[in-house]
This record gives sequence, C-alpha cells and structure tokens, in this order.
Amino acid sequence: MTAAVLPQRATTAAAIALNGITKVHGRGSAAVLALDGLTLDVGPGEFVCIVGASGCGKSTLLSIVAGLDRATSGDLHVIGDGPPALMFQEPALFPWLTVAGNVGLPLRLHGVPRPERKDRVAELLAAVHLEEFAKRRPHELSGGMRQRVALARTLALHSPVLLMDEPFGALDAMTRDLLHDELERLCRQRGLSVLFVTHNVREAARLGDRLVLLSSRPGRVIHQRTIEIARPRRIDSPQVSAIAAEVTDRLRSEVGRHGR
Amino acid sequence: MAVDTIQGLDALELAARAGDRSPARRFWSASWPKVAALALAVGIWQAVVWLKIKPEYALPSPLAVGKELWRQAHGSQLWEGLAITGRRAAVGYAASVVFGLVLGLAVARIKVLRAAIGSMITSLQTMPSIAWFPLAILLFQLSEQAIFFVVLLGATPSIANGVISGVDYVPPLLLRAGRNLGARNLALYRHVIAPAALPAIVAGLKQGWAFAWRSLMAGELIVGGLGHTALGAQLTYARELTDAPWLMSTMIVILAVGLVVDALFGAADRAIRTRWGVLDPAGA
Repeated sequence: MTAAVLPQRATTAAAIALNGITKVHGRGSAAVLALDGLTLDVGPGEFVCIVGASGCGKSTLLSIVAGLDRATSGDLHVIGDGPPALMFQEPALFPWLTVAGNVGLPLRLHGVPRPERKDRVAELLAAVHLEEFAKRRPHELSGGMRQRVALARTLALHSPVLLMDEPFGALDAMTRDLLHDELERLCRQRGLSVLFVTHNVREAARLGDRLVLLSSRPGRVIHQRTIEIARPRRIDSPQVSAIAAEVTDRLRSEVGRHGR
Repeated sequence: MAVDTIQGLDALELAARAGDRSPARRFWSASWPKVAALALAVGIWQAVVWLKIKPEYALPSPLAVGKELWRQAHGSQLWEGLAITGRRAAVGYAASVVFGLVLGLAVARIKVLRAAIGSMITSLQTMPSIAWFPLAILLFQLSEQAIFFVVLLGATPSIANGVISGVDYVPPLLLRAGRNLGARNLALYRHVIAPAALPAIVAGLKQGWAFAWRSLMAGELIVGGLGHTALGAQLTYARELTDAPWLMSTMIVILAVGLVVDALFGAADRAIRTRWGVLDPAGA
C-alpha cells in the first residue's frame, strides 16, 4: 500500500535539477564569479558527490539549493514541499536544547503535535543509535555523536532531498568510516536523493553513485563519472583507491592551472 | 556489526569525560577565599582603629558596628528602610527591564534606529547617574519620580546593550541551521535568536541591576528628605547625627543587598553556562 502511493514524479523527474546556475558575489569591480553556468541533475534516490578544491563554490552551491542564498541567474528545481534539508560541517546543534529537543525542533516548527513528535524523535534517535542519549546536552557528546544528532535532526525534516556540506570533515577516520556506513544505510532505507560536497576524494568514491568534479574560481563542472563499484564498499578497497587516485590527478592539474 | 562498533566508540569517548568533585568540596573551595578576604578586611579595619588615626566617633571599631548592626536587626527601623528601598528598587528595576528589552530589541532589529541611537545608548551608560539628579529634581521636584527617573536612565542602557550584543553575536551557523529547519521570522526569534542571546541578556540584566542600585542610593541620599527611613536617607541622618556605627551598619546592609542580588544573577549565569557546556570545569 505504501509503495502504491509514492508520487509518480519520483521515477520520472530529477530530484534536483540545476540549469545554468551562476552566482556573482559582490558588485562592480569587486565582483567575484563564484559559480559559472553550473548544470547538474541529481536523480531520485541518487547519491551525487561533488569534489573540488578551495574556491570552487561548493558551499555557495548548497546554500543556493537549500534556499538560503539566491543564484544570480539560472534555474533551480528541487522536489519536496519545503526547502531541502541541509547538513553542515559543524553539527550546528542548539546548546540550550537536549539531544531530543534538537531533533524535535524541526517537527515543532512544522506543527507536529507533541505525542507524535515524541514517537518520531525516538524513532530518529534509534536510527542513529543514540536512543540512550535523548536527555543529554550536545556538549556532553563526542564530535561523531553530535554529527549523528545533526543527521537525525536533518532527517526529521522528512525532505526527500538531503544536502551535505562536508559533514564528516572534522571527524577522525574511524568515526568517519562508521558514519559512511550509517549514512549509506539510511539513504537507501529512505530512498533519499543526496548532494554531498566534500574535498575528500576517497570519501566521494566510497559514497557516491556519481562523482562530479568542479573547477575553482569560477566553479563549473569539469568532469563527472558514475561509480559502479558494488556496495557495500570500503574506503580502503583497491577499486575505491583507484578511482580516488585518478580523480585526485585531475583535481591537482585543475589546482595547478591557478599557479601559473 | 557496525552498531556494536559505534556504541563501543561512543562509550570510549564519553568515559574520558566523567569525574566531578563533590558539592561539599566545591562549596568549600569556593567559599574559603571569600571568608579569608573578609577576615583580612576586618583585620585591617581594626588595625587602623587601634592606630587612632581617626577619632572613635568618626571611625568606630568593627565590634561597635557589629553591635549596632545586631541592635538594628532587632528593631523596626532597618526593616522599614529595607522595605521602602526594596520596593523602589523592584519597581525601578522592573520598569528598566521592560524599557531595556523593548529598546534593545528595537535597536537590534531596525537598522535606522541602530544608526540613530545605537552609539548613544553606550554613551548614556558612561554618564554618572548622580549627574542626572539636578535635572531630575527640576523636572520632578524632590519626589520619588525623580528617583525612578534616574534609576531608569541608569539601568535601561545596560539592559538594552545586553540585548543588542546578544542578538548581534548569535552564531550565523545557528541562524542558517534554524532557517533550514523551518524557523522563519517570529519563530526564528523565539526558537533560535532569543535562547542564543540569553547569556548576553543575563549579563546586561546583571549590569543593569548594579546601575539601578547605585542610582537608587544616590537618589535616596540627595532626595532623602521625604524618604523617612529609606536606607539612603538613613545614611544622611546618621551623618548629621554623627552616629558612625549606625552609618556603617547601614552601609553594610546596602552592600549586602547588592551582593545578594548580584549573586542571584551570577547563579543564573552559571546555570546557563553549565547547560550550554561553556563553563570550564577546571575553573570556578
């Protein structure tokens, strides 16, 4: 029954459609072109990783897709009712709320009544294995746990699209590996379409269905490839390493272009 | 599988953070320096009295003042004074809080208002409150209104400043997160900006109290005549009667009231910081 009521567009249209997105920061002589006619689709249920060096406008792009910033020109279409859920490199948890309060806030803001909210929060915390920590404050948790709370809070928005801005950049390698597994599982379970920005090429090869390489200053798509390594993947597998090495070479030559 | 590893990692990372001292030890380590400092101050006072630099009627001994304080505590005069002064402090401060919060929020929100009076609020704070009294007396004569006028002018800028800096320094990341989670306009204020600004607002309230209390004492000293037994007026009477023990015991009461209220604000501030996890467990 649940499968029957899935919206039809999910199988036909792209989850995120970006067409000629251009972003200019500032005005006049101080104007900087951050994104230059960026065109990119993310299919329903697809996991797309964007890789680029500094200055490729990765974060600007996510802000635009999330509706926190406006493109100077270009078309943007995202499925879902509200703006898509965005997760940051920092957990950005509210220190005055408990773990459960943080996860419950988006539900509260969207008018979910209290009893239902309680159940949903419990379910979301269970999804990130933090059900025991509902009453703790963010500062009592480790960095990886905080980022899982942030993930649960983001999932609470129930958006079909998930935007992630280097969410594991500040974590140690072991924690990051575990969170890759968890994220992969949650995205498959919920059929989420993901736009994941990172500077870590291995991470992109580990997670993505597709990998998109952006140029720097201005950002535009210079290379993309599907990653057909079977899941479950390991970040230290030879296939992931091979793709990472190749993409790293391309990234280096792109960065080198700016040195000349 | 992975869940075990995750939970194992969580347990390992949290284990390193446990460990706290007992409340009794904390109380002891917080209070003995204060007691020692008080004892030292009384000791110096007594030493100066023994040196007879000033005559006994001008500078009484700690014991004489202590006896007077004890006598006062069993009479009605001190309590009446406390009641009058306390009521004035409460009314004046409450009004300042209302004005300060509204003014602070308005300046923080409205750009034109900030350009117009933002810096004026800060400069108003540097104005010694006693310098307002001549004007206040011209406007309101020797009345309670004159006192309230000065208390309000003393405390409101501090409270408004607390609100302004609190709103200004809300981390942009939290605002972005709040917006993405669905908080718009009023909801953003209610769920993100107000709680994030709370520590700065409490700091402003605390400073505002200090200004209010000072202004009130200055007011009761100057406008004293009508005040019957208000604490500030008692100081004036005591000086006129050259009753140094009364004078000093009243001063001690004034100091104590200020300290108690200040400690309440300190406790509120610590409670917030503990909740937020920004209190350094090694310090304080």
